[in-house]
Amino acid sequence: MISIDFERCKGCALCTSVCPKKIIEIRKTKHNSKGYYTAGCTDNEKCISCAMCAMICPDCAIKVEK
Amino acid sequence: MEKVLMKGNEALAEAAMRAGCKCFFGYPITPQTEISAYLAKNMAKRGGVFLQAESEVAAINMVLGAAAAGVRAMTSSSSPGISLKSEGVSYIAASDLPCVIVNVQRGGPGLGGIQPSQSDYFQATKALGHGDFQMIVYAPASVQETIDMTYLAFDMADKYRMPVMILSDGLLGQMMEPVVFPNVDVQIPDKPWACSGHQNKRPHNIINSLYLQPDVLERSVNERFERYELIKQSCTMAETDFCEDAEIVVAAFGASARVAKSAVNAVRAKGIKAGLFRPQTLFPFPVEQLNKACGKAKVVLSVEMNKGQMVEDLRLALNCRLPVEFFGRHGGIIPSVKEVLAQIEQIHERIE
Amino acid sequence: MSVVFDKPHALCDVATHYCPGCTHGIIHRLVAEVIDELDIEGKTVGVCPVGCSVMAYDYFNCDMIEAPHGRAPAVATGVKRAKPEAVVFTYQGDGDLAAIGTCETVHAAARGENITIIFVNNTIYGMTGGQMAPTTIPGQITQTTPYGREPAVQGFPLKVCEMLAEVDGVALAQRVSVDSVPHIRDAKNAIRKAFDNQIHKRGFSIVEVLSTCPTNWGLSPEQSMERVRTEMIPYFPLGVFKDVAVWTESK
Repeated sequence: MISIDFERCKGCALCTSVCPKKIIEIRKTKHNSKGYYTAGCTDNEKCISCAMCAMICPDCAIKVEK
Repeated sequence: MEKVLMKGNEALAEAAMRAGCKCFFGYPITPQTEISAYLAKNMAKRGGVFLQAESEVAAINMVLGAAAAGVRAMTSSSSPGISLKSEGVSYIAASDLPCVIVNVQRGGPGLGGIQPSQSDYFQATKALGHGDFQMIVYAPASVQETIDMTYLAFDMADKYRMPVMILSDGLLGQMMEPVVFPNVDVQIPDKPWACSGHQNKRPHNIINSLYLQPDVLERSVNERFERYELIKQSCTMAETDFCEDAEIVVAAFGASARVAKSAVNAVRAKGIKAGLFRPQTLFPFPVEQLNKACGKAKVVLSVEMNKGQMVEDLRLALNCRLPVEFFGRHGGIIPSVKEVLAQIEQIHERIE
Repeated sequence: MSVVFDKPHALCDVATHYCPGCTHGIIHRLVAEVIDELDIEGKTVGVCPVGCSVMAYDYFNCDMIEAPHGRAPAVATGVKRAKPEAVVFTYQGDGDLAAIGTCETVHAAARGENITIIFVNNTIYGMTGGQMAPTTIPGQITQTTPYGREPAVQGFPLKVCEMLAEVDGVALAQRVSVDSVPHIRDAKNAIRKAFDNQIHKRGFSIVEVLSTCPTNWGLSPEQSMERVRTEMIPYFPLGVFKDVAVWTESK
């Protein structure tokens, strides 16, 4: 499973482009204190903990656990 | 303590090693070359580092790195080379790093000449680089004093965490005199701010000169200027000769002070009340010592190997209460005793 | 639950100032991961450039020095010569390393300084707002090449790794990219090798990392990654240009 640091994420969406399960999306409902709409996981049950999202995240905003 | 005959540049190099200089970075230029040559021969043998850099720019930045790592570091050059170092000096000052910079001056501007000059007074004392900062500037007038000031320069650099310049010239660098190396126990202070690896024992150190917040930058500059005030109060040095009753005070620093001293001695023999004022620190300028030396003075004559760059500091230090006249030769010409003597006599005739 | 991926210790726990999607953050993390894995944070000294990554001193947990523009290899030389036991790396952009600092770079390489250089090439000056870099590709539009870089007028880009591969003091010259996860893995291996070379005193090591600048390229982060693949890699091919041990005994 992944957890995304809401304040650290800048909403660049690179994680969404590499997720093999397509379970990350940019949520345009609530922005963080810097004004970014951030990434969120739609279904952590499907996460295979491949960590590709974390590897491409420029902001170290994603923690991956198994 | 043994007396030895040494060339100014080599004596400076030897003094630097004895003062605990661990790293020297330089680039060849006349007339400072003997400093590099001497250190190239001796530094590694004595556990230090000598490295010829690819440019003056690189050399001063290597000094920045070594100083940041916490060791005593030095570079030397001559006038055009010092100009190239100005970027690095500004960063070193802004990063509060200690180091020693030697300028064995030659004629300028531009490529100028290779003969002795004092035409980098403004550069050394007013603006060796962009921004609000100062360096302590020592102006030796003999080979022995070059040695003594080299020790002092390293100590002051460490004490106040700032660049210190030894403003020598082609004459002092090239001439030989008998000297004695003082027997001192060199004490290098701890440098807890240095960047040489935190060894997992402390938070990381940062050495930096960037402050994007204007108020933080202003505070950092103000803090530095508070240090300069301390230095002004405690570090000024000047030599005076025959000034108690002097009506004409001849002011000169470095090599030209040697000529001025001879001229003052000569006119004294003729009964003219002249004295010598020789600032040994150009920044901070010895304001109090000058005013004391000018107690009976009617005229101050500045003798320099340039177009009169110290005249402004003399006028400011005296608050313009006395006329400050100027005599100098430049382009690599050393004023003769006869020329200076004639100037003093002319002034004497005028004021009598 | 076990942690599969988290922030490395050598990276400070702070948000960076980089624009969204800027790959500086990835490269910072790779360097920090290598520092962690080699367990060298305590003896590492980093030297920052002038440019977007000037504030890298706030992002790495090791001791950090901020150098004048382009002079990082000279500053690193000073640190390394003063403290040979330290692990010294510079982190420099293309303007810093390949324009104003070319001289310092080439000569540190020629001396075979035992230092590690992370060279971030994004073909543009980011911090000053998108001007032509020494690595700007022919035809590329920047603020100072508004009609595209025209080699007949503005000259050709500098291929740093290819150039440094000819320098005797260079142990490693490798170009990598961070446009995709496999490339990010390769990039990390190259960075590890560049630090390992220093630890084993093999000579000067440089890793050129093709990077993005979504803001000044005027592209989205994803489009920027695509540009690395379609425009940059063809001009700046990835690969190892030199991999030798310059020094076989301690220097």
